[in-house]
Amino acid sequence: MPKYQCKELKATRLGFGEALVELGHENPNVVVLGGDVTGSVRTDLFMKAFPDRFISVGVSEQDMMGTAAGLALVGKIPFASTYGEFATGRPFDQIRQSIAYSELPVKICASHCGITVGPDGATHQSLEDIALMRILPHMTVASPCDYHQAKKMVKASVQWNHPIYIRFFRDNTPVFTDPNGAFEFGKADVLINGTEVTVIACGLQVWEAILAEEVLAAEKISCRVINMHTIKPLDKEAIVKAANETGAIVTAEDHQIHGGLGGAVAEVLAQTIPTPQEFVAVNDTFGESGKGDELMKKYGIAKDDIVKAVHKVLKRKRKL
Amino acid sequence: MERFDVVELKEMARQIRRDIIKELLISKSGHSGGPLGLADIFACLYFNILKVDPNNPRWEERDYFFLSAGHLCPVWYATLARRGFIPLTELTTLRKINGRLQGHPAPPWTHGVPGAEVASGALGQGLSIAVGCALGLRLDKKPNRVYVLHGDGELDEGQIWEAVMTAGHHKVDNLTAIVDRNNCQIDNYTDKVMELEPLADKWKAFNWHVLECDGNDIEQFLRTVKQAQELRGKPKVILAHTFMGKGVSFMENDYKWHGVPPNDEQGKQALSELTPTKYGDFIEFEWERQLVEVGAK
Repeated sequence: MPKYQCKELKATRLGFGEALVELGHENPNVVVLGGDVTGSVRTDLFMKAFPDRFISVGVSEQDMMGTAAGLALVGKIPFASTYGEFATGRPFDQIRQSIAYSELPVKICASHCGITVGPDGATHQSLEDIALMRILPHMTVASPCDYHQAKKMVKASVQWNHPIYIRFFRDNTPVFTDPNGAFEFGKADVLINGTEVTVIACGLQVWEAILAEEVLAAEKISCRVINMHTIKPLDKEAIVKAANETGAIVTAEDHQIHGGLGGAVAEVLAQTIPTPQEFVAVNDTFGESGKGDELMKKYGIAKDDIVKAVHKVLKRKRKL
Repeated sequence: MERFDVVELKEMARQIRRDIIKELLISKSGHSGGPLGLADIFACLYFNILKVDPNNPRWEERDYFFLSAGHLCPVWYATLARRGFIPLTELTTLRKINGRLQGHPAPPWTHGVPGAEVASGALGQGLSIAVGCALGLRLDKKPNRVYVLHGDGELDEGQIWEAVMTAGHHKVDNLTAIVDRNNCQIDNYTDKVMELEPLADKWKAFNWHVLECDGNDIEQFLRTVKQAQELRGKPKVILAHTFMGKGVSFMENDYKWHGVPPNDEQGKQALSELTPTKYGDFIEFEWERQLVEVGAK
């Protein structure tokens, strides 16, 4: 049995959409910008509940980011939402200048992130978004692991007075976290304690890591699992502690191998306690059409890949 | 502050032109032509039109002004200094390290200047921000007005037209865009680089009120803004026809003056054409001393 139970399957994007409606009731300043994919990113729920505070900008993501910046300037709490690639890659310069450099607390909430968006193919599989957003000064980058955490994160973002990027996924995925558990940006969740190796994962790979830990436990390998839901600001303390106590790190994410969570963790390790690290991520390639779970396997970011990476990193650790 | 009348505004515009030349002579880097062409409009904005408080740049009741074409900032900085947002002597720090007068403007909380609301420099972003700002104010039923200034070359940017469409769709009528229609951009005249005409028709087609005026004629510009303020139901754009380099004979209507500062000799000549005003120069003696030093070499 895995140490966490999958209670149901629900999409992180739904958690986002439902949280927006709750926020709409709680705070009259919350506004949502729509880029014509409202049903997909689940801002349709807010649109129906608060039509006056829903602003359609059409399929124009660059304009959406600027409009959101203007709304933030006059005290609104704008959520700008579209698919991951169109929320980061396309309007990168707008986010850089009008939001990050101008330090306006816009909430950029993107759905359909990662390769698991599946059948739409590589154009829609945002595998670079974490890297693009985390290199921007003032920007916070977060990736919830399930529906409950998505909801909590979106609600917490209102009090987080910084530009922020949050990535959600399309598919219905395991719901396993406690809906009443605490959430704090920049404070990693240690889901499973272990002593020999640590898997640091974000997004859907957190569940894969939990499944991998079950396999590893059967092999008598003591594996720590950390849900690194905030990629920036990164919980350096949790990383250094894991490196100190377990001496081997595996990172796992639905993102390119360069510049994502793995890169962020490696930067910390290199500057503090150099430690063998293996990267479970999409290996510098574009994706293709297919089902989410098929793609996870083909592109090497599923449970089995985490198990293999743990074996590999432990071999390296033993040679030290 | 009492609103300046036309005579005072003309005098102030001339002073702002002198300030621009001096800023650029000291920084030895920056844009000359566009800022000079806009001195009349900036004098009108800050000494007659905009509701602002230099002692409280983030005053809740202020009108919002965005300089979308950030490279035009020498005229903005000079105007902000004349209006009291920053000390006049600070104009000597344009583009210098540890200063607030960035090469392209930024807000005060990120190395920038009081009076700037956001960063601008990468072109074409200001209108979207202005639309968001205007929509937010409208949601709160606030009377503040929103103004945004664009260069005409800037209209090549696709994001501008996204925002033009958004503003038209939402009938954002607390917003006035001003286009500095000087027909010049870095490489050449605008019709050589990218044809913009029929420009008024383009904005009209996107459901805007379109007004045109001579942007170097203070009376006409004030009248046009007043007219714009009274129009309802659609966002407003003023196509303000100006001359790049206005006020300095050898710079006027020459696109080559888009992005370069005058050298000392050219600066000296420019200042001699822009005769001193009652407002006084911010570094008169130092500048004269510098000129003497240059002449002696």
